[in-house]
Amino acid sequence: MRFYEFESRKIVELAGIPVTEYGFCKTADEAKAAAERIGGPVVVKSQVLTGGRMKAGGVKFADSPEEAAALAEEILQLEINGHIPRGVLVDPKAQVKQEYYAGVVWDGTAKRPLMLFSDMGGIDIEEVAEKHPDHVGRGHVSNLLPISDYEAKKVIAATGVTGSQLNRATPVLARLARLFRDNDMTLAEINPLAELEDGSFVALDAHMEMEDEAKGRQKRLLEGELSIEPEDTREPYEPSEFERSVKAIDSADHRGVIQGKDHGFEGNLGLVIGAGGGSLTLTDAVRSQGGKPANYSEIGGNPSVAKACGLAKEVLGKEGVEKIAVMMSIVSNTRVDIVARGVIKACLELDKDPAETIAIFRIPGAWEEEGFKILDKYGVEYCDRSVSMWEAAGRAVAKIQGAEA
Amino acid sequence: MSILLDKDFTFIVQGITGREAVNLTRECLDYGSNVVGGVTPGRKGREVHGVPVFDTVEQAVENHGSPVDGSVVTVPPAFTKDAVFEALEAGMKLIVIVTERIPRGDVAEMVELADSKGARIIGPNCLGLIVPEVCKMGGIGGPAKDAAKAYAPGSVGVMSRSGGMTTEISSSLTAAGLGVSTAISIGGDAIIGSTYAELMPFFEADEQTKAIVIYTEPGGRMEAQLSEWVSENDSRLPIVAFMAGKFMDDEEMKGMSFGHAGTIVEGAEDTATQKIARLEAAGIAVVERIDEIPAAVAERIGG
Amino acid sequence: MAGGDLYGVFIEVSIEDAVASDAAIAAKLEEVCPVDIFAVVDGKATVVAENTDECVLCGLCIEAAPSGGVTVRKLYDDTILE
Repeated sequence: MRFYEFESRKIVELAGIPVTEYGFCKTADEAKAAAERIGGPVVVKSQVLTGGRMKAGGVKFADSPEEAAALAEEILQLEINGHIPRGVLVDPKAQVKQEYYAGVVWDGTAKRPLMLFSDMGGIDIEEVAEKHPDHVGRGHVSNLLPISDYEAKKVIAATGVTGSQLNRATPVLARLARLFRDNDMTLAEINPLAELEDGSFVALDAHMEMEDEAKGRQKRLLEGELSIEPEDTREPYEPSEFERSVKAIDSADHRGVIQGKDHGFEGNLGLVIGAGGGSLTLTDAVRSQGGKPANYSEIGGNPSVAKACGLAKEVLGKEGVEKIAVMMSIVSNTRVDIVARGVIKACLELDKDPAETIAIFRIPGAWEEEGFKILDKYGVEYCDRSVSMWEAAGRAVAKIQGAEA
Repeated sequence: MSILLDKDFTFIVQGITGREAVNLTRECLDYGSNVVGGVTPGRKGREVHGVPVFDTVEQAVENHGSPVDGSVVTVPPAFTKDAVFEALEAGMKLIVIVTERIPRGDVAEMVELADSKGARIIGPNCLGLIVPEVCKMGGIGGPAKDAAKAYAPGSVGVMSRSGGMTTEISSSLTAAGLGVSTAISIGGDAIIGSTYAELMPFFEADEQTKAIVIYTEPGGRMEAQLSEWVSENDSRLPIVAFMAGKFMDDEEMKGMSFGHAGTIVEGAEDTATQKIARLEAAGIAVVERIDEIPAAVAERIGG
Repeated sequence: MAGGDLYGVFIEVSIEDAVASDAAIAAKLEEVCPVDIFAVVDGKATVVAENTDECVLCGLCIEAAPSGGVTVRKLYDDTILE
């Protein structure tokens, strides 16, 4: 789950990391009041979950509260990469002496959080790491032991930073590592971490992401401190009608799991496929053989007939879908006969001939003998494990292309 | 020979009274595995397919009368860390975590504790592992008769981020007469107990294993780690890899995850294209089609 | 979505009158079926038509009733579940 900048700022602040006086505003009047409170020149920043704000005109400087209000009015209505801003953040235009970078990410190989620090802040850390590797310090922290300040100090000192700067930056990085672990973050970045003219350190911009699986146990932060509504899921894009319908069918019945996605798919071959790895393999196999999938889907566990039927009906209901391919890797939990009943029922309920509509049925495994009897009765083409997933996908593609010709 | 499991291997099932766990227990018993106890707090005194149920892991070990080798953990995500810690404290050396949707921080904690105790974790979000005709630990392959159909003893070690694909690939190796030495469903999450590279030394030391097949997906650095391991160690084992999810490289799919939680692409290095290039640079054969695996293996081990 | 819901496409379940009226057996049928094909209505076992296609062929209902009391017919191959 991604956080807006104003939320990340609050998270950093709650962890005891110094920030500037700032204001999150939803109207021009609020922006004016924030600018008055802050005093002096301010910067007004669009609050969107997308990059490239600066280029799009979503970040502007103001010398007076009136100007801040005018800019806020403008920015609040500015759509950036299809995102409408949640509000604006009004920040003092800080007098920065030096910009640093402080970050914590997961290192999946070491299976530990990794602290990163650089004295070249304000730019992309991956770029710094590539061009100036000696300006990036790194260090893992334990998942179990308390995080000590000296661990952060070592990482910072490795970049050559010393003196009062080292002593000021150390608690910032250590606290960032603690908040990363305590709040189930997958990314916690302060960039830039600024040293101001008076020598103090403040987080000028922060970027936080939390693991979705941990949202349940982070309610106190999410709903308590940040007032984020549980239904504010922040998917990278708006779910389509197909996606919402499949989700509704899935949650209405606890038996088995179905998922459907059609973002980025615009083909004519509907895919009723599973399970996790099987769906990835089959989607590739269809595309590599010239097929155009209308959607992606996953059948997992042991769904009811009604659920399999519901998924197939939704796929068949998509515009431009002429046929469906029903395919899975060898199943041991999902039942072949139950899925066969479901997809055939979907055809019948939509007044379609299963033999014509189902391009191929390739689900080998549990209860396959029973499933094949059902498919025989309705004249649906099926195959067992001796026909590979690649070949089955190829047959489905050939059929739909034959139908087009 | 085999890796991690043998005929005398004993294990318990934590969360044994759950619906899926009951099935899994039945399947393992039918396959000939030594399931010596089960744990569900508050259910002491019950039996699941003849396996006694206890409140604590310690009670289960005590009842067995000698150390127990491992545990299959299938409890809800919020309780998994506690269950795994309990098993590690009781001296278990191999833990299979079936549960999915466990936060990464918890998994990392479990792995760190396991490392400090010389224990190994497989999973989470996995189906376990199987040594054909010897032992099955977890739901891998399904009911004993289905598992027998897909897994015949042989020379190929299989590691897969997808449980279902472990069986699909093993079945094709069985059909081709190559068979399987040990097959491991390693799990689909971003952080897992045992990666390809971490399991390679076991296969390397196993005389029965003549080649390795891996099934892989976008997301994470596990394949890069394997490539490094292969380059640094003069492995005797040819490796054949299959990469699924190439469609996720498309621009419209950015930021989405498909199939497993671990498929989320967090950097340029974890796309399918990058991974294939890296594997190939390390001398690992990456096949385009799933059905090319048996022939690619046969070619590399001389039929 | 176009098209109505169809019932009883794959499975047909019937209960002998005498068996359906036996309160003890009726209750037992309702209890054993994992997909709720049986419901007790006015003390009598009845078949819930919209659930018959969910039948998992477990045979528990057949075991719960005296021989021939419950019949599960697979319409796709016209055989009766033993």
